[in-house]
Amino acid sequence: MTETAPTDHRLSTRRMAEFVANGYLRFDAIVPADINERAIEEMGRLAAERLLPEGMKPPHSLTPLDECYPPPSAIGEYLRLPQIRGIIESLVGAHPVFDHDWVHHIPGGGSYVQPLHVDAATDTADPTFDIQLFWYPAAVAPGEGGTRFVPGSHLTRVRSSGLHRYQHIVGEQQVACDAGTVFVFHHGLWHAGQPNPGDNDRWLHKIRLNPTERQVRRWDTSDFDTIQSPRTDHVFARMQPGSVAEIFRTWHPWMGITEYRNDQMQRALLWRYLTGDDDFDVDYYLTRLEGRSQLLEDRA
Amino acid sequence: MTERQQVLYLWTEGSSLDEKVVGWAFHDGTDGAGPQLPDAERPGHAPYPTGLRALQDGWMLLQSAQLVPTAPGQEHMNAYLEYEFVFERRIRLA
Repeated sequence: MTETAPTDHRLSTRRMAEFVANGYLRFDAIVPADINERAIEEMGRLAAERLLPEGMKPPHSLTPLDECYPPPSAIGEYLRLPQIRGIIESLVGAHPVFDHDWVHHIPGGGSYVQPLHVDAATDTADPTFDIQLFWYPAAVAPGEGGTRFVPGSHLTRVRSSGLHRYQHIVGEQQVACDAGTVFVFHHGLWHAGQPNPGDNDRWLHKIRLNPTERQVRRWDTSDFDTIQSPRTDHVFARMQPGSVAEIFRTWHPWMGITEYRNDQMQRALLWRYLTGDDDFDVDYYLTRLEGRSQLLEDRA
Repeated sequence: MTERQQVLYLWTEGSSLDEKVVGWAFHDGTDGAGPQLPDAERPGHAPYPTGLRALQDGWMLLQSAQLVPTAPGQEHMNAYLEYEFVFERRIRLA
């Protein structure tokens, strides 16, 4: 009898680099239909009862993820899916804790709109990060209430209300997806709920998770040596095709040259944290600044 | 005769008014009675590709972004869209 190794659902190094460059990952129809269908009723109950004296309640903040929504619960089934846990483990480790969750229900014809914002408080230089999973258990048609978000905005330092004036940003997206699709956001990504002029209700379960261990190489690193680039990978000198550096050269349409280069530096710093490689760089921006005094000393 | 103000914010990718628009917002004091923004040349793009094109369409520049040196230690951090231009046009309503 042959034993089959359990499937590794963790992310690849390439997908992790895409998360760093874009601030989100998308997984189409990753949740099975039967969980999606049962979850809508449960989400409705959670939304209706969470603030009442009695009824369904979310977990307490700091509850280990393994203990959130115990059976019977469709939300718990979703959170315990191996493919979902593989994504979570890659980004925040195998033992994250519950921060909070929320059900966002926009009925067909609903006009409620959020201004562009970031959640929680303004970030510091701390590279550690939370993730937010956005689960859409029912299909969302284009323009019918899908979350608006700005790829590449996650490594900025902004106050939430300071973003309200941006009605439109070039390159922003609005979620449209099949039932069971999950988006995973870095906690800093700019986003906003949108009106739903369609006929179908739009359901979203959003959950924020905090890491409890260093987020270093928690993913499937079997491709790491293939695509990790040396600190000398430099667009104005020599480049390695297909490398992490190439992914970190993603230029979002709202970025001018300064924002682009600054963001490349921030991506490189985040990658240093995620990989434990303190020399990592892309396009030589950090190396040039950090190494100048050493180069002068070497020539003295 | 009543006069109402329309305000247009444009954010460009650099400090010059003739550079590419990367963000915009429109506030209409006429509540829809005045002219609206033109359709973008391509979906997802701004109604005016540059600030200069807004001037050519009759918008009057009220304010442009000051160039502010970065604070020490913040030289390589991004925050808000930096190059903000504010326009107005005044609409006479019958």
